[in-house]
Amino acid sequence: MNTSIKGNWILILALTLFSAPLVIMYGFQLIDSVSRPAPGGIIPQEWELTNWRFLWEPIDSARPSIWRVTFNTFVFASTTALLVCAFSITAAYALSRLNFPARRFFLAGLIMLHAFPTITLIIAIFIVLQFLGLYDSLMGVILVKAALELPFGIWIMKGFYDSVPWEIEMAGVQDGASRFRVWWELILPQVKPGLSALLIFSFLAGWSEFILPLVLAPGADAQVLATYMNAVIADDTRPDYGLFKAIGMFYALPVIAIYLLFQKRLMNIYGGGTKG
Amino acid sequence: MQIKLQNFTKRFGDTTVIEDMSLSIASGEMIALLGPSGCGKSTTLFAISGIHRIDGGSLHFGDRDVTTLPPQDRPVGVVFQNYALYPHMSVAENIGFPLRVQKLNTAEIKRRVGEMAELVQIGNLLKRRPQQLSGGQQQRVALARALVRKPDVLLLDEPLANLDAKLRLEMRSEIRRLQRETGITAILVTHDQIEAMSMCDRIALMRDGQIEQISTPSEMYERPASHYVAGFLGNPPISFLKAEANGKLMLGAENSLPMPQGVDASGPITLGIRPEHFGPQHQGPTVTGRVSFIEPQGREDLIDVTLPDNQRLRAIVPAGHDFALGQDVNWQVDLSRTHLFNAEGNRL
Ligand SMILES: Nc1ncnc2c1ncn2[C@@H]1O[C@H](COP(=O)(O)OP(=O)(O)OP(=O)(O)O)[C@@H](O)[C@H]1O
Ligand SMILES: [Mg+2]
Repeated sequence: MNTSIKGNWILILALTLFSAPLVIMYGFQLIDSVSRPAPGGIIPQEWELTNWRFLWEPIDSARPSIWRVTFNTFVFASTTALLVCAFSITAAYALSRLNFPARRFFLAGLIMLHAFPTITLIIAIFIVLQFLGLYDSLMGVILVKAALELPFGIWIMKGFYDSVPWEIEMAGVQDGASRFRVWWELILPQVKPGLSALLIFSFLAGWSEFILPLVLAPGADAQVLATYMNAVIADDTRPDYGLFKAIGMFYALPVIAIYLLFQKRLMNIYGGGTKG
Repeated sequence: MQIKLQNFTKRFGDTTVIEDMSLSIASGEMIALLGPSGCGKSTTLFAISGIHRIDGGSLHFGDRDVTTLPPQDRPVGVVFQNYALYPHMSVAENIGFPLRVQKLNTAEIKRRVGEMAELVQIGNLLKRRPQQLSGGQQQRVALARALVRKPDVLLLDEPLANLDAKLRLEMRSEIRRLQRETGITAILVTHDQIEAMSMCDRIALMRDGQIEQISTPSEMYERPASHYVAGFLGNPPISFLKAEANGKLMLGAENSLPMPQGVDASGPITLGIRPEHFGPQHQGPTVTGRVSFIEPQGREDLIDVTLPDNQRLRAIVPAGHDFALGQDVNWQVDLSRTHLFNAEGNRL
């Protein structure tokens, strides 16, 4: 009893020490975005909202409005998430339940792709997109991002399918339902926890993606928040760190909100055991 | 509905699990597929249900050839060992699912679900989820769902394996009652001999993908066709003795029994004596040995007698005797109820 409390205290202390820098950084990001520190100091002097002006006025004429960029980011993240989910639930079902030629090969390929450093493919992807006429368009980045996220999604969903008992499927078939109906009405509801976790997870992955939009859609029309921030900090003659912090805060808020709201569901993703 | 399985063969990859098996079940009959784990009981059952494609042979329901019919189109209801209820649906939705698939209208579904629920006595549980039911109740839901389509054949794969002893007793008679009331042809897969004997009209005893013997429970118990069948049925199990037949049955140097009537054999044979046919309370020729083990069971005791040649015979003796460990005894064998098997294990 005593030792467990003692053990817990040590654990809590260690966790506090390790996470303190992160918490402090986030705290100051918030504070700095609404205040002006003394030159060279960190204590806030006066409170002001000028850093947040990007919300109601364009920060300069060359840039698209923040709302346009946010909308792009949202479309990017949610379309990616939907695509990933749609393909994952079908492909994973096939891999888990159907006996088709070269199933082993696909499974092995999936694991390999999952571990593959995809960024090394960026040149090839660039050429393919150019060829398809999708370079510098949101659609192009969405397709690429979804494709890169798929191995992970399929693998996760396969784990969830694997843990649904075969008998449910057999019972459904015996009750007269078609294979498709059995999947849709009887099996899919069993993997819903995995599906919602994957949906949130791939939305967040899309929301925070930076490299792909940067390389594959550098134009103003397809800009997302990550590249927008990059542009703000990169090509100003005199960088405005206050503004940068405020935009960063704005960018991070949905992520924090989603984590707080869906914490439990996200944990599910580690709940579905993966059986070969 | 009569079921006729002819020359059924099933392979998984390179391994042949069942080869050339034939089985015929009369309409309205309940038959048990009994056998040890891995002998192919479930495989046979799922071949009849249509879930497993069969690799050879044919299957007829009545006059209809259903060999290649997909499971959806077979008039078969199945109860699985783990019940396989749909966890996200209520009891009513579970039972109604087969009807919904048939696109019946809501009122009709409701009526038939209610009817079925009454039959299996779960009318008050219709709104619950499967997780909120006890094992026995889940079992009843599974039965109702299997029967609601009014199938011609009911298949049960170890339906009682997950229940505790008391519920098992209850569901045993419950399933038999339902089967009788609906007049459905049923196949019960089990590895429990008591279940098979008490619930079914006939038993098909399986071994390594083959049917070793198929007959009524009492016939199978009284006249086992082989050493294997005799050893499988009976609890406590039958004792086997090696014997030499030469006009008499020689059990080592000290003991011998007369040849049972109507049996003609010579050379090495196996003699099977059930514990209830050996002991001081019987009439017949005697065997001498020494008491080597006593297990009290309340109403009666199980007593092992070791013969001088070190073979063992088990006896069921009514309680209240005063035999002690190490005592020399000379007990009777009910010779007409013994079983003789030749070297290949077949009944003589
Ligand atoms: N899908 C499958 N693939 C390969 N082999 C299988 C498959 N299903 C069953 N088998 C094999 O077929 C044999 C018979 O299996 P089956 O499930 O019919 O046994 P059973 O008699 O029902 O046993 P139990 O009492 O354990 O359920 C076993 O040796 C098993 O390993
Ligand atoms: Mg089985």
